[in-house]
Amino acid sequence: MKKLSNVILCFSVVLISSSVVAKDSVNSSGPEITQVTSQGDSVPPYAVSEQLVVKGEELYKRRCGGCHSLDNNRIGPRHRDVYGRKAGTVADYKYSKALRNLDVIWTDQTLDEWLVNPTAFAKGTSMGFRLKKADERHAIIEYLKSLSSASSANAQ
Amino acid sequence: MSNNSMILSSRRAFLGATGKTLSATALAMVVGSNIKTAAAADASQDIEILNAAIALEHEGIAAYQIAATSGLLDPAVVDIGVTFQGHHKGHRDVLVKAVETLGGKPAEEKSLGAYAADIKASSLKNQVDVLRLALDLERGAANAYLGLIPSLGPDYHQVAAQMAGDEAFHAAILANALGQPIPKAALMFG
Repeated sequence: MKKLSNVILCFSVVLISSSVVAKDSVNSSGPEITQVTSQGDSVPPYAVSEQLVVKGEELYKRRCGGCHSLDNNRIGPRHRDVYGRKAGTVADYKYSKALRNLDVIWTDQTLDEWLVNPTAFAKGTSMGFRLKKADERHAIIEYLKSLSSASSANAQ
Repeated sequence: MSNNSMILSSRRAFLGATGKTLSATALAMVVGSNIKTAAAADASQDIEILNAAIALEHEGIAAYQIAATSGLLDPAVVDIGVTFQGHHKGHRDVLVKAVETLGGKPAEEKSLGAYAADIKASSLKNQVDVLRLALDLERGAANAYLGLIPSLGPDYHQVAAQMAGDEAFHAAILANALGQPIPKAALMFG
């Protein structure tokens, strides 16, 4: 029994030390991001700031337009109605495995965390683009919200 | 000491010494295996991002092809477009080689018709429309490369920055052709 306990203890030490090494190696490029699990397939209606939407539209073209469009899948999936949508679900777009398996609804919080560091948010994603400035992220997210059917401006 | 005792003692001595060596070796193997797993994960991540960049170049090459054969451009503008297309082909080739070196499969191009639909080529009515589209794509590409550098492994930072430089050069030429003013503020990309 004492020998078995020692074996279990040694095995546990090996597992713990290996996980520490792996974590240090994998996370050398940034902190871990806590993911938000899906709560459904929609968000409650909301209002958007017109001023911020205008700023966001211009920023969207400059920052996101290289790879994304509103209505066509290009290097990245189309973005109309992205707000409130479950990640990895646009039809006819070939997502990475990371995005197909990502159990997240795109909200202010998840979009913001995603844009800060996509590879930390969903390791293995093909999107490496990071948007560093918080005010730019906020404006672009507001613009994307204005294009979603969940916005009060578009609500029936 | 009897023969059996001697054999047992020898076995204990052998197992005792071997047990210590195996434990250290086993631990080294576990640690080494995890480091290799982490390195493989980093390579896999680079492959995904580099393939997105290849997809971006495929689209750029196709866009210039569509523009050159649209019948909407002056011959001199066609020549510049073909030169820019050549730069994008150079980017594509470097990125394809990088993905293959990492053990990945490079992203494949779509049909010209698919790209034409993606960039709404049917809405282009004249040379100015074509130049504006090209400018949007080049600005977008320059910003895309600059934005993804932090996510790439350090081996690819410089080449991504070089590609961003090429796209920014293209954007400057196109903006000038469209008569757009030179931006007053610095740091106009990224």
